[in-house]
Amino acid sequence: MLAATLAPFVLGVCAPLVRRLLGDSVGWALAVLPAGLTIYFAQFLGPIAAGETLTFSTEWVPAAGIALAFYVDGLSLMFALLISFIGTFIVLYAGAYLKGHADLGRFLMFLLMFMGSMLGLVLSDNVVTLFVFWELTSITSFLLIGFNHDKARSRRAALQALVVTGGGGLALLAGLLLMAQAGGSMNLSTLLADGDVLREHPWYLAMLLLVLAGAFTKSAQVPFHFWLPNAMEAPTPVSAYLHSATMVKAGVYLLARMNPGLGGTEIWQVLLMVFGGATLIAGAILALRNTDLKLMLAQTTVASLGLLVFLIGIGTPLALQAAMAYLFAHSMFKGALFMVAGSVDHGTGTRELHRLSGLGRAMPFTAAAGALAALSMSGLPPFFGFIAKEWVYKGTLGGELPMILTAVAILGNALMFAVAFLVGFKPFFGKPGDTPHTPHEGTLGLWAGALTLAVLGLFFGLFSGFAESLFVGPAAIAVAGTPMLVDLYLWGGFKAPVVASIITVALGALFFWQGRRISDWLARVVDALWGPDKGYDQFMDGVVALARGVTGLLQTGLLRRYMLITFLVLAAAVVLPQLFDSIGVTLQAPPVDLLVWSVALLTLGGGLAVMIIRSRLIAIMSMGVMGLGVAFVFLIFGAPDLAFTQLMVETLSVVILALVIARLPVLGRDQRGPARVLRDGIVAVSIGAAMAALLLTITAAPLDIGLSAYFGERSYTEAFGRNIVNVILVDFRALDTLGEIAVVTIAGVAVLGLLAFRRSDPDASGQELIGQDISGRDPAALDPAVRDEAIRDRETTS
Amino acid sequence: MNSLILRTATPLLSGLMLLFSIYVLLRGHNEPGGGFIGGLIGASAFAIYAIAEGLAAARRAIVVPPITIAGTGLLLAALSGVASILFGDAFLTGQWWFPSFAPDMKYASTVVLFDVGVYLVVVGAIAGIAFALEERE
Repeated sequence: MLAATLAPFVLGVCAPLVRRLLGDSVGWALAVLPAGLTIYFAQFLGPIAAGETLTFSTEWVPAAGIALAFYVDGLSLMFALLISFIGTFIVLYAGAYLKGHADLGRFLMFLLMFMGSMLGLVLSDNVVTLFVFWELTSITSFLLIGFNHDKARSRRAALQALVVTGGGGLALLAGLLLMAQAGGSMNLSTLLADGDVLREHPWYLAMLLLVLAGAFTKSAQVPFHFWLPNAMEAPTPVSAYLHSATMVKAGVYLLARMNPGLGGTEIWQVLLMVFGGATLIAGAILALRNTDLKLMLAQTTVASLGLLVFLIGIGTPLALQAAMAYLFAHSMFKGALFMVAGSVDHGTGTRELHRLSGLGRAMPFTAAAGALAALSMSGLPPFFGFIAKEWVYKGTLGGELPMILTAVAILGNALMFAVAFLVGFKPFFGKPGDTPHTPHEGTLGLWAGALTLAVLGLFFGLFSGFAESLFVGPAAIAVAGTPMLVDLYLWGGFKAPVVASIITVALGALFFWQGRRISDWLARVVDALWGPDKGYDQFMDGVVALARGVTGLLQTGLLRRYMLITFLVLAAAVVLPQLFDSIGVTLQAPPVDLLVWSVALLTLGGGLAVMIIRSRLIAIMSMGVMGLGVAFVFLIFGAPDLAFTQLMVETLSVVILALVIARLPVLGRDQRGPARVLRDGIVAVSIGAAMAALLLTITAAPLDIGLSAYFGERSYTEAFGRNIVNVILVDFRALDTLGEIAVVTIAGVAVLGLLAFRRSDPDASGQELIGQDISGRDPAALDPAVRDEAIRDRETTS
Repeated sequence: MNSLILRTATPLLSGLMLLFSIYVLLRGHNEPGGGFIGGLIGASAFAIYAIAEGLAAARRAIVVPPITIAGTGLLLAALSGVASILFGDAFLTGQWWFPSFAPDMKYASTVVLFDVGVYLVVVGAIAGIAFALEERE
């Protein structure tokens, strides 16, 4: 199972190489993997249909309870099969669609990596693993949307998708961790098996809202629906695969998965029904407003996702069956229609609805696929889409649910009916239209997938038993978390759902007939409104403006100002907590010991000299004297190691400081005015007093020698060293040390880089080193106090 | 720097310091010392040499660019951790040998390799910074 999930990643990395070796037939070679995965997952169909569930687990970070755990039940298996089966045709289609494109190899790499991420997401049984795969789908989606990275619109769409879905992902992480804490397990199947623990937990509302934030952003629910149509900037194989059949359903998957644990409460039902219903209507209306085939399909995808969320929110057994049946039907017809739209674009050079007609003669296979898929989408018998729609109405009509639910469903479905005919029929019938290229049929790879998916929509409609026992039934049972009877059929007699269907078709036909007029009217209304897409821009602009403001405030370019702020914050951070601390500090006179006193005098004398002496070079050396005094203190109190190190550090500090000072034009005397001396003095006294208070507090508290004892005991027996400090550094805590020496190396490289940069800049003379960052900027743009200071600096140094 | 005393003493002094730094490095596991402090002593040796004999002479004396030494040290430290993985332990778990054929050697260990890595990083980075600061345009 782990191998199946990771295989797409491995093959993905190899994809560019395979492209180079095989040229444009790369799609056929790479499609072998998803085809194999389909067969692999298909072997679980029997056991799962018989009611079994399977788990696979590999340790990852056992200390944190994180495992690469996978769980196969009806829900995950249906998703896994959709991902690998549709993925097979998408890889083929991509190979044909981007034939001859320079970056086809890279494209296929991203596509396969996405496939692996998505498989991992739907199969994960561990909350952390689930989150990791969830974020991986966001990242691969970002890369795929931005595939045409030389287009500004693609870049914006990619970033927007990442910001929205990635932000939701972070909320999801918090929600998942809360669930794990509340339920006491990192294992999803364990958590969900006992949902009452979660539902009755005081954190329930927080978990629910966080998880919903993740699901709603990913599945493009209102008000986050705007990123999905923008994501249509991606090449069509991406739109067909990620943004209709699989990735955007991750949010729906999450809700379905969480239903046994978080679902069933009133707030869950209300939130899902309201947001889902609003998304259904908004998406369907926006679909009619557009005239670009891909955008219309994208908006109906938004609508369908809304319908799915809506159905999960209703939560009755029939509604859950309807959700799974509709999800299954949607993946087939929408995947097919997207591929059809791409083929039409490929064959004619346009996706503009009003320029396309009469293509059926030139593109027979594409036309057949489009028509069959459109019939399934519009919900006409005997297609599987009809069964799905019947079950939607059974779901909304059952029990004592308010009529408005059915009304919302009818309106949404009718709008989608109209779009289905506009996209799947209109381009292929009637008189030939006026297109940039003469229409021609694409290669096998371009229509095979669409036709297969479209025919399957008919097959499962005629033989609904297969869909019921292998896919929809087990999935619905997994979502409900309890066994139920699932019995899908095409014709159940002339009852209420059929009436609802007839109303839908009548209303849909009306919308189709008046399509153009409605579209023009909607365009005028919708475009005049403020939408979340504009809101996104305003939000991002606000973030950038805020960052600029904060940076301008803090990053003045004056080292002195940085040190001032750092010291003041540090002093406050040290002092403030102590104000709330109750440990009493008693001062006692130090022992009368000549050695201790002379060392103290030496150290204090050094400090005094630093304050009094105006020559900077001598002041630096006086600081060295203080350091030396500290080294003596270490030596007297039995820490030769520390004394040794302190001595060396102090020596090198003096040498390097002296070298730095020698390079700077500030050698000479301290020329600060009295006001600045006072200010610096206050800062120095506060940080000094804060540190002194901290040390006194620490030494006043009883010392916990647990760690020292631990290391003392084990230093020789386990690490064969008697120097405990060194053993800690290189053995017990070697990872920390590795990080530290990495920092030392990076700091060294950075210093060299900065100095080399100064050297290579012929205009910069030593005179302006202090005010370097300011000299390039408009003085008026700076904070007045900083500006005056900078000017004073330049005057005093020259 | 034009100081006769410094110029006369430096070659001897820096050589001794370098030797001493290696001694401090190697004895660090049982006595006061170790890679960090040893590295500081080694870096001081080069810094003093550069001050007394000039930068060009110091660069010749250290042979390879200092930052390369630091990078090598970092690599060595990381590789000593990877070696533990090859022996089936977690990253950076110390591996020890007590060879019976060479009792005077007492032990060999990935921990010592790690410490040598620390030493090289400190020598390389500090000497590199000191050299760069001494450079005049």
